This record gives sequence, structure tokens and C-alpha cells, in this order.
Amino acid sequence: MNDVAPAGSASAVPVEVDLRALAADTQVHEVLEELDGALVGLQPVKARVREIAALLLVERARRQLGLSAGTPSLHMSFTGNPGTGKTTVALRMARILHRLGYVRKGHLVAVTRDDLVGQYIGHTAPKTKDVLKKAMGGVLFIDEAYYLHRPENERDYGQEAIEILMQVMENQRDDLVVILAGYADRMETFFRSNPGLSSRIAHHVEFPDYGAAELERIALQMLQTMQYRLSPSGLEALREYIPRRMRQPHFANARSVRNALDRARLRQASRLVASRDRPVSREDLMTIEAQDLRASRVFAGPAAPTGSEA
Amino acid sequence: MRITQGTFSFLPDLTDAEILAQLRYALAQGWAIGIETTDDPHPRNCYWEMWGNPLFDLRDPAGVMQELDACRRAHPHEYVRVNAFDSTLGFETTRLSFIVNRPADEPGFALRRTEDEGRRIRYTIESYATGAPQGRRYRSRDGGAG
Repeated sequence: MNDVAPAGSASAVPVEVDLRALAADTQVHEVLEELDGALVGLQPVKARVREIAALLLVERARRQLGLSAGTPSLHMSFTGNPGTGKTTVALRMARILHRLGYVRKGHLVAVTRDDLVGQYIGHTAPKTKDVLKKAMGGVLFIDEAYYLHRPENERDYGQEAIEILMQVMENQRDDLVVILAGYADRMETFFRSNPGLSSRIAHHVEFPDYGAAELERIALQMLQTMQYRLSPSGLEALREYIPRRMRQPHFANARSVRNALDRARLRQASRLVASRDRPVSREDLMTIEAQDLRASRVFAGPAAPTGSEA
Repeated sequence: MRITQGTFSFLPDLTDAEILAQLRYALAQGWAIGIETTDDPHPRNCYWEMWGNPLFDLRDPAGVMQELDACRRAHPHEYVRVNAFDSTLGFETTRLSFIVNRPADEPGFALRRTEDEGRRIRYTIESYATGAPQGRRYRSRDGGAG
């Protein structure tokens, strides 16, 4: 591969572009590899992010050769159950888009309904516009976007925010990328009642639930970043804990795992404080034992998958 | 007579690209940007009308340009200026201020002489434009002067 123009073509526009050099130039691979390494599972999401990265790379190459197809629309919707990594991916997406030169600054502005919708007539438009201005040059992440639309109240100000949002999404594609996120079923009803919004979103990305093995890897990764480790029996307890927790109501994937680990840390701390008769070593401070996990109420119920544990 | 107030005032009027570059610089310094308008060109008139609140927490000048365009559309025949405020001292200090819009025709100032005690002369300047009440200045002139 080389990008030396054939002899004879003296024009300023190059004849071919080395995509690999261009990719190395933007250092997008680093971010993509980081995404692969840091995030467990999420295969469809990673595939889509790679596709978008490839599209933007090709778009850059085309621009170098003087071809233009207009800015591609990159507004996205992230749907998935709680704790499946929507916010985390959105943060990384902002960095990828920045590396590829699609957004100028690459910051993420995360908002919910409260930040966009006003309290009284005439309050919503300036509020929404303020948020949009802050997000310019970066990514606007609207969490639980379906709260913007309240079907039970016709005069809800949320509709006004949606209209302003749609206008900016259409007219100022160069200036910002909007990512709407929320739980799959409620997002679907939201898009059904706002078809204009749905059609302005090019990428609908679904975040699948994690399996038990993936959750285990997530837990170990979290412990590592918190500088804790599991004892061998602790790991065994974790392996039993995860499938039990998955069957419980209000299971929120990685978020539940993080909460479980936080509670285990709590129990580990009180265990260490209770055993004051001997000095604690570095090892003691780092290790989470089986008993710290097994004290959870999740182990109170029967082991068989009955589905009715409280 | 062309009003020269603030930074760049002895240069030709800035183009939008040049304004954008200045705004980008100001935001990169962490300054907040305020947009103000007036139709009283007197140099001692330091209280201009604010166009909305100053724009805090912006990262990219696109949002400022959007407000600036809206302001220029609403006040095409008035002076519009951009101020950049630095808050590192604990209060907002103007670090940069420049005019981005001006009336097509600026009639200039009259020199008024007032006789004072003992044949002393006191001088003052007064804009020809401020003869009309606020909000109605510059309007009639624009048709002819273009």
C-alpha cells in the first residue's frame, strides 16, 4: 500500500488514499481496542461501533479525494435493560467520534427530562436550547428519553423540547450528535408516538443482557480496578451468587454486580474491624472472603431456580 | 464616522470566520461569552443591553454563533458586541470585547460648546443618532444609506 500518485497526475487532489495510514493517523484503533478490552460482552454494540468508525474513516478518505456525500447522520438510540453499559458506551462513543473528526470537542453532556423541560410556559425552549448549546461540538446523551413524552398530558412541555431537539438534530448535524437511551420496551412506545424523532435517528443500537459468565468477568474486572481480590472460596461464592441474583426481581446487570461488591466490601470491613485482636495485613485488606458474599440475602432462598425468591 | 470601541476596532469588520476563531480562542481560555446590543454609540455608554444571559459552560463556539446570528437578526441596525468574561479572580472580568455588528450608516458626533463662568468653554460630544428616542434610532437612515 502506498499513496504515491501515479506519474502524470499533477493535480493537488490525490488519486488514492491509504486507509491504514489514515486510521493510524486518527488513532481510532486505540479507542476501539480499549472498548474491546474494557467492556465485557456487548458483541452487537461493538460491531456497530466498528461499522460507524469504518464509515467515518471512509468518509474522511473520500473527502481527501474530493468526493462528498454530505455529513452522515450519526444520531443514535441505545436501548437495553438497566446496567447494560449504555452510558459507558456513550462516553466512549464521544471519544471515538472526536478521534475521527466528526465532532470538534468530544465531550459528553448527559441530561434527563429535568434538564430539558421547563416548569412553566416559555421556560422549556430556552432551557433546551441552553443544553444544546453546551453540547455543541460533542455528544448530547439523553438518558431515559421516553420521559420527554407524556401521553397522558397533551399540554406537557416535553413535546416542545422534542420539537426543538428534532430541529437541531436535522439542521446542525455537524455541531452535535444526539444519543437517546432507555429501556427497550418504553423506548419503542416513545418512538411509535414520535415517528419524526425515530426517523432522524440513523442507528438503533440494542444492548443485550449479560450472561452469568460475562457478569463474573465484569465482577472480577471491577474488583481489580478497586484493588480487591477474591479468595478461592470467595470466587466460588461469587459463581453461586450471580445466577441467584439474576433470578431476583429488579436485576440490573452490571449495576447489581457492582452493588453486590460494594456490600461485600462493607461486610469485609466490619469483619476486619471485629477481629481487632490481631493486626491486619495488606493481604487481609485486599481479600474478600466467601463469608462476605454468602451473608447476602440472595443466599437465603432455595438454590433451585424457583423464580419466586424475594 | 466609524465607531472604534473594543478590540480589533481599527481593523475592517471581522468576518464570521474570524469571529468564530476569536470565540474559539476565548472558550479555550475558559472564558464565558456575553452578547450585548445598543443604539447609543457614545463612548461613555458602558451599559449595553444584554442579549440573554452570558453563555456559561460552553465548549464549542457553534452555540455562541447561533445566539449571535439570532441577535443580529433581531437588531440589524444596532451595535452588537461580544464580551468574554474571565472568572479566575472570583468575579467576572472582561478580557475581550469587540463589535460584531454596526448600523449601515453612522452619522458621527456633534461637538457642543457650553459657555461657563468667566467665558470658560466646556465641551461635550453628542451623537447625531441619539436625537430620536431609544429603539427608533438609525431606522430611517438605513433605507438611503444601504
